[in-house]
Order: sequence, then structure tokens, then C-alpha cells
Amino acid sequence: MSTIFGSSIGRKLLMSLSGLFLVTFLIVHLSINLLLLIPDGGQMFNVAANFMAMPLIKFGLQPVLALGFIVHIIYAAVLTAQNNKARGSAKYASGNNTTDVMWASKNMFVLGLTVLAFLLVHLIDYWVPLQITHGAASITIDGVEMHNAYALVNAAFADLWRVALYVVGSLGLTIHLTHGFWSAFQTLGLSNNIWRKRWSVIGIAFAWIVGLAFSMIAILQYVLFQ
Amino acid sequence: MEKNISLTLKVWRQNGPKEKGRFETYKLETVSTGSSFLEMMDILNEQLVNEGNEPVAFDHDCREGICGMCSLYINGRPHGPDDDVTTCQLHMRKFKDGETITIEPWRSAGFPVIKDLIVNRNAFDSIIAAGGYTSVSTGGVPDANALPIPKPDADEAMDAASCIGCGACVATCKNGSAMLFVSAKVSHLALLPQGRVEASMRAKNMVAKMDELGFGNCTNTGACEVECPKGVSISNIARLNREFLVAKFKD
Repeated sequence: MSTIFGSSIGRKLLMSLSGLFLVTFLIVHLSINLLLLIPDGGQMFNVAANFMAMPLIKFGLQPVLALGFIVHIIYAAVLTAQNNKARGSAKYASGNNTTDVMWASKNMFVLGLTVLAFLLVHLIDYWVPLQITHGAASITIDGVEMHNAYALVNAAFADLWRVALYVVGSLGLTIHLTHGFWSAFQTLGLSNNIWRKRWSVIGIAFAWIVGLAFSMIAILQYVLFQ
Repeated sequence: MEKNISLTLKVWRQNGPKEKGRFETYKLETVSTGSSFLEMMDILNEQLVNEGNEPVAFDHDCREGICGMCSLYINGRPHGPDDDVTTCQLHMRKFKDGETITIEPWRSAGFPVIKDLIVNRNAFDSIIAAGGYTSVSTGGVPDANALPIPKPDADEAMDAASCIGCGACVATCKNGSAMLFVSAKVSHLALLPQGRVEASMRAKNMVAKMDELGFGNCTNTGACEVECPKGVSISNIARLNREFLVAKFKD
């Protein structure tokens, strides 16, 4: 056990598990965001957002989530550095003409950096005013005072450039997931000739559902709810 | 239809492991499309010898695709533009008249160049020595049905055993990973009762040796499977991951 994370497969296990953990986070995040499309002036979204700001979640689960991100990002950097070293300094003059290799699979680090850049913008847009500076406006729903998260989102998506940025961020995440999802199961060893195809199909479907749903929320906020 | 084509070859020349290499350009006027790629290399070398130049050093042995000795990174692909063949099985009819062919050695930190197109693949031997065997002789071919093995297992073991250890997987991998090779060797033994006994130990020892030798971490791009002249499947990599992780968690 002591050396498992010192091995290549052990390091990849950490990538796999942290990645799948982040996938479950995406499902929760998307579920709550879909409430933004309910035309109730954001009431349900505000209640859900307020629930997610409860001390137990804020101080109990958020650090775990942050750890998931940190492990995934640090190991991505470590693995990429090791792999570049293993590839060696001599490059092929005739390039690489291997066909049938998914573009995403060869560019996971760059795609990951795109997602990370988007994540930072996203945190500054919402997480900071809602949970750190508490600069967001307040609203009282059923006698409970809470941040009007909906108004914050709604105002943000009044800018077309931000809508475009969020769509680009979501699609970057989609492409990252088209490879990452099945790859996580391959690394866990939960794959064979049959399941590889199944995980690939499930992964690609999941990636596009998540990416397009997040994109649609941003676009519909701009088109319908302004 | 057999015919002759003329070719321009850009060949990597390097005098020794520590020397700086460079590309040399050679012209071949008459190459039969019926000849194999290595026969074309022989023609080139004969031409070089006749001109009083040093021939190009390249690895080859059986020339029928089973020994794993030939290599060569041809026009951006290990073993050249054809699928599921080794360089020795590659026919010159796959190339056009007047084409320029770039010929490079395997490039990977794990496979340093020895001379010209020959790389040192001793790392694979070291990985095999770390566990790619059964510790006791399991005898000759058993009587039919004396040792019942499910047909799918026997097929998968045979497919994995078709790995000839040429190193095309490492050569094409953007991570310089040897996982396809190691997983094929672990799989073909783990799937059969004779090899099953030491399967955990084998997975741990071979992966440890692979890591120690500086091969990269697999990121599941699948390029190895595409370029493998024997079509060894990356489902073997999933099996290796499974064997390794289960063995480690049992410890």
C-alpha cells in the first residue's frame, strides 16, 4: 500500500477518482442550475443556492470539493511533466500521422487549463460575492433572509460577452469529459472490449448533455429572462 | 501490377548514442512495388556501399512479422502507412512514384538511439525479466481438455500473446508509455491457469520496473492500439490496471 501512489497506475488512480468525484459535483451543480430556467423569478434557485451555502455544506463539503480539484490539477501537472520527460527531447520530423485517435485524449492538459481558467472567472463571478464578500443583494423568501443569487446570475448574463464566455467554458469542459469519463473507468480497470464501447458512449453523451445544458442556461438567461 | 517507382528518402543518420544526428537525403531510381520496405532499405544500402559510403544501420531479423526486431518510424507512423503489419511486411506499393519518405528511429526517452535507425530496446527485456514468465516449467502442451479454459479467455490470452515486443506502442505514444506492451505480457499469462498463480506479483513487479525505467504514464489515448502491428487491444491495459490495483490493495 505504501507505494501505490508512487507508481504510475497509482497516480492515475488519483486522477481517475478525483475526476469521477468532480463529475458527481457537476451533476449536483447542473441540477441546481436547471432551476434557473423555471420562470418563478428565481425563487426556487435562491432557496437551493441558500441551501448550498449552509454551514455544513460550506465548511464540510466545500473543502472536500476543493481538495478534489487540487488533487486533479496537481496530478495532471505532475503526470504531464513526467510524460513529457518520458517522450524525450527528440521530436519526430515527420510528425504524427496516426489516425483514429481522439483529439481530446491528446490535449487533456490544455483542455484542463481552459476549464481551470473558466473556473477562476466563475468563482470570481459568483462564489466570491455569495460566500466570501457577501456583496450580493439580499431577498426574503418565506421569512428567511438570503442572498438574491438569481439576481446576480440574471444581471451577469445580461452581458452577451459573458454568455459567450460561459458557452466556451462549458464546451471546453465537454471536450475534456468526452475523453475523461471513459478514461477514468479504464484506469480503474473497470473496462474490457465490451465496456470500453459502453463507457465511451455514456461518457460522450454525458459530456454533451452537461456542456449543452450549461450553455443553454446561459443563453436562455440572456434571451428569455432579461 | 508490379512496377518500378523512384523515391527520395530522408533518413536519420547518427554515428553513435552520444553523437548528434542529422537527416541525409538519398535518391533511389528503381524500386519494385513488389519489394518490401526492408528490401528497399537493402537496395539503398547496396547503393551506398557501391558508392563507398557507410550503409544505414537498421534492425531486422525474421522479415516475416513475428520476431519484433524491425522498427522504423515512417512518414509519421511506426511501421509505416499500412495497418497491422510490421515494417518488414510493408510493401512498397503503399508508396507513390516520386514520393519523399521520411525514415526515423523510434524516439522515446526509454529507447535511446544506438546508431542511425537502431534504438536500444533493452528496457523491454528488463521489464520481462522483472516478471514476464512463470517461475516453474509448466510442461509441454497439455492434453486437450485436461485443463479446461473458457474459449473467450483462451482467445484473449492468445491475442495478448501475439505482442512481439517491437516497441511501436512506445514510439507512437505521446507519453512514451509502455503500458500496451506490459499489459499484453501481464494479460496473456494472467488469463491462463499456469500464469494465474503469480499474476499479482507479476503485475506489481513489471509495473515497478516499467516506472523505474522512465516510461510515461498512460493517458488512454489509444494510439498504441492503432499502431500495434499485432492489433493488441487496450482492454489489456484495463486488465493490467485491475490486476495491479487489486494486488496493491490486497497488500
